[in-house]
Amino acid sequence: MFTDFFYTLRKRKVPVSTTEWMTLMEALTKGCITNLDEFYFLARAILVKSEAYYDHYDVAFKEYFKGVETPAEISEQILEWIRDPINRMILTEKEQILFDSMDFDELLEELEKRLKEQTEQHDRGGYWIGRGGTSPFGHSGYYPAGIRIGGESRGRHAIQIAQERRFRNYRNDLTLDVRQIKIALKSLRRLSRIGSEDELDLKKTIDAIAKNAGEIELMWQRSRKNAVKVLLLMDVGGSMEPFALLCNQLFSAAHSSTHFKDLRYYYFHNCIYDDLYQDIERQEAVSTDHLLSTIESDYKLILVGDARMAPSELMERYGAINYYERNETPGIVWLNQIAEHFTHYVWLNPYDPRFWIHPTVQVIGKIFPMFPLTLDGLEQAVKSLIVKK
Amino acid sequence: MKSDGFDQFKGSSDYVTSEPLRNAVNVAIALGRPLLIRGEPGTGKTLLAHSISSGLGKKLIVWNIKSTTKAQEGLYVYDTVQRLNDSRFGDRDVSDIKQYIKLGKLGQAFASLEQVVLLIDEVDKADIEFPNDLLNELDEMSFHIPETNETITAIHRPISVITSNAEKELPDAFLRRCIFHYIEFPDPELMEEIVQVHFPNIKNSLLREALKTFYSLREIDEFRKKPSTSELIDWIRALIVGGIPHENISKEIPFVGTLLKKETDYDYFVNSHMTRIGSTFITRRQ
Repeated sequence: MFTDFFYTLRKRKVPVSTTEWMTLMEALTKGCITNLDEFYFLARAILVKSEAYYDHYDVAFKEYFKGVETPAEISEQILEWIRDPINRMILTEKEQILFDSMDFDELLEELEKRLKEQTEQHDRGGYWIGRGGTSPFGHSGYYPAGIRIGGESRGRHAIQIAQERRFRNYRNDLTLDVRQIKIALKSLRRLSRIGSEDELDLKKTIDAIAKNAGEIELMWQRSRKNAVKVLLLMDVGGSMEPFALLCNQLFSAAHSSTHFKDLRYYYFHNCIYDDLYQDIERQEAVSTDHLLSTIESDYKLILVGDARMAPSELMERYGAINYYERNETPGIVWLNQIAEHFTHYVWLNPYDPRFWIHPTVQVIGKIFPMFPLTLDGLEQAVKSLIVKK
Repeated sequence: MKSDGFDQFKGSSDYVTSEPLRNAVNVAIALGRPLLIRGEPGTGKTLLAHSISSGLGKKLIVWNIKSTTKAQEGLYVYDTVQRLNDSRFGDRDVSDIKQYIKLGKLGQAFASLEQVVLLIDEVDKADIEFPNDLLNELDEMSFHIPETNETITAIHRPISVITSNAEKELPDAFLRRCIFHYIEFPDPELMEEIVQVHFPNIKNSLLREALKTFYSLREIDEFRKKPSTSELIDWIRALIVGGIPHENISKEIPFVGTLLKKETDYDYFVNSHMTRIGSTFITRRQ
């Protein structure tokens, strides 16, 4: 029964196993299903074990039960604009009424329909999607019931399929929030016995009692605590500006993760030179040399940056983008020194790995293992930080 | 026509459920598998077990998991220290090991003469291996006590509800045996019902305005902590006590401090959004 659905799910990367499939079959033979809606929820409850895969499931379900659907793509920016309730508040009253007369899905459907019909870029029309026109959709348009798309842009790239896929935001490969980052960082731990002796050591206690001929003597040991120390070095400003929110989230997750023995963080701009900075405005400096000579090498080093710069900024003396920085040592030398000092290090790059072909990204990627700043990338990075060397 | 077993749980008067959740509960009951519940904080994961218990009229056994909890503790604890102590002072007959075996929560659920609802709360708080250690017991619904050579077998399979905050990944082998449901944040209609459970006499106009504003706030992704149900309930209570006319709610957002608990969120909101709307924002924090 529905065996193809099983393979459709697997094709869509829902990690479903035969055990679960048999459970579903068991449920079906018990006769609990009267319609497709119930099947949808039943199968989801049994087969899908994380909200991160709800969206994959939705896609597979649609594909199997409705035939393949390829909806027109609506950029994330548009979606964001429509969803942001604040934008609704800046519409005039007349616009608001019209806006509210269509619900979100209707608007999207209409938009999708027109995107499909339209095959070329379009300006100043009355129906098509374009710029400066009077169609309900478009950039700087003035059609009263329309959606003014664009204006202040907050999202970056990421073209996504606009469809009724509510769990899209739970996908592991798309979004990151503070909590998710915290969870990923949680696995960054190495337990060792430190602190005061507050745990009963049963084996030693038994030995001691046996030696004392039955006289009870309690033996204590140190309890296991996380011994991981983290050094976070973050690129700020310039080309990292679009990722400020993401980096901010990473930082606040790391900062509020209480399970590290120690967390130290410094900022740099573009590349690391003679100095690192203690604040984001890069006022309070600490010399990189001093840091390296005082910090133990067992700190897990996490570098965050796009690693994109002019080759001279990386390779040359006085190459720093900030003229007054006057670095005597080229950035590449500093980076190599840092890599030599620490035993475990990773570089997190917020850019999509498809854009890592840039020359300096390549060079830096050879020094530090580079991972994308997504949940999956972060998990992999954490894994490589805890392997024994 | 549904066969029996699939429509047992219908919710209870003090807990509003969505249909998918009810379905998941009933599937779990019918198949005798543990139900794993996940969801944002404040969506009522723990309350679900209470609701099942009261809805079906079954006793509830709660096993709260902490970071130090071991799987063994849920089955039974062999109080060796007590026995050792007794052996020295001769209070009790130490050859009777049975009296030193104390059943844990899971053990109690198995040994119960009638079917119970077992809540394993916040399973992800414990060590990563914890769920795996319980696999066999939850599968077979029995465990062996070597000390007394006894096997405790569940007289009735307990209805097990396991909640998780997704702090740690749960092992795949464990997941395969569970029925899973993710409690979504309630949509406005469901939220209306939930609020009405708390404030049966709330004015419709106030409720609608409050919800509208609340959901607008939740859509702002920059917040570190989005307001959740419990914050909404507090806020509405404040609005009612403060006697705020409903037409002012979305414009002024009074008592916004009850909704936004983090200072950064509060500042962010005041700076970026209140000015954008361009209304006169009056700070009315308590």
